[in-house]
Amino acid sequence: MAVKQPISKATIWSWLEEVIDPEIPVLNVVEMGIVRDVVMDEDPIVIKITPTYSGCPAMNAIEMEIHKKMREKGVHSFKVVTDFKESWTTDWMTEEAKQKLKEYGIAPPEKTEEEGDFLTGLKNSQKIVPCPHCDSLETKLQSEFGSTACKSQYYCHGCEQPFEHFKCI
Amino acid sequence: MSTLDTIPKTKKEALVEILLRLADDRIVHGHRLSEWAGHGPELEEDLALANVALDMIGHASSLYSYAAELEGKEDEDHYAYFRDDIEFKNIAMLELPRGDFAFTIARQFLFSAFSYFLYEKLIETTDDEQFKGMLSKHLKEIKYHLRHSREWVLRLGDGTEESHKRMQEAFNEIWMYTGELFDLDDADQVAIEHKVYVDVSTFHDQWKNLVHETIEEGTLTVPDSEQYMFSGARKGRHTEHLGRLLAEMQFLRRSYPDATWK
Repeated sequence: MAVKQPISKATIWSWLEEVIDPEIPVLNVVEMGIVRDVVMDEDPIVIKITPTYSGCPAMNAIEMEIHKKMREKGVHSFKVVTDFKESWTTDWMTEEAKQKLKEYGIAPPEKTEEEGDFLTGLKNSQKIVPCPHCDSLETKLQSEFGSTACKSQYYCHGCEQPFEHFKCI
Repeated sequence: MSTLDTIPKTKKEALVEILLRLADDRIVHGHRLSEWAGHGPELEEDLALANVALDMIGHASSLYSYAAELEGKEDEDHYAYFRDDIEFKNIAMLELPRGDFAFTIARQFLFSAFSYFLYEKLIETTDDEQFKGMLSKHLKEIKYHLRHSREWVLRLGDGTEESHKRMQEAFNEIWMYTGELFDLDDADQVAIEHKVYVDVSTFHDQWKNLVHETIEEGTLTVPDSEQYMFSGARKGRHTEHLGRLLAEMQFLRRSYPDATWK
């Protein structure tokens, strides 16, 4: 039996920062904006998470990793709840996280476009994504869908390398 | 609300009915798209179709989960795996066999365009926070599906003689199933009163404009909308294809109900 110690909210957050996104192993689930809240008013502790993409298979893995981490730290009275009230956006990723993505070779998401002009944008959607390897702007969209739900595929004419771009949602 | 032809009375019943209709559309569509895995015309497209399939199944899963919570069922699997074809509330367009790539694209485009307008309106209308949150999340992904399928309609329509012919045939073939998108029945009316659904006729023109413009830009001809239109699938009157789809989709879960991933 572990002796019951009062744990601070900050401690829980710091533990959650040790949980890595399985599909983007340079980022943790806090930087990703997946963990939305830690509620400690009552027992059990509630950890609120929100899915990045609806069909993202990593979400189950992330939930399991959070469970594992909490148990590893000796906390057994907690639950992980998926909350849909706010919908995840790439704008929640920290600047630091975006920089890490770029260093890892994935072009980070830019700020999401203003709402309202989607149908107009539908007809002339050509945004420029700089290459994460050589910063060239001579890049071309290959496909809006990539190896995981959150990425699209680009090709760089500067360094003649394919690269992935984290989609903005 | 799994009993046929029962009209919901309370707001909760109406919401469950809408959640199941939306979810059934998406799981059936997702399953059809998933059949392309490993068969896409090129690698990028194979990945794209698998991604859209995953989104559709993800949308269905969250909608089913919410319905399960409201109805006090254990989880979403009950709806996906333990109902028969007659209890499924999806429209027939989505259960039709996947056909060739052009047919898959035609279906994706027509349905994504419909979903886009529906979700925009529904998000504005509903006061159920959980429902609104889900729809807002799904809408972001639907925009990707719509852009992707629209571009393929243009590319295939205005492509080679063969791709043009196939894209035209696809629209001709699917057209009689488009009427069902805009059908409104008693259950919808109750849901509209409770602000958990919207009158779909209010965006019919917007949908029509986008669809017609795209088809024409792709140098194709819009099929005749005055032709016979299929209807009744939401009430369980499905085509013969749904039963076979479910046989494949539900087989494992029903034969080995306690199976788990190792």
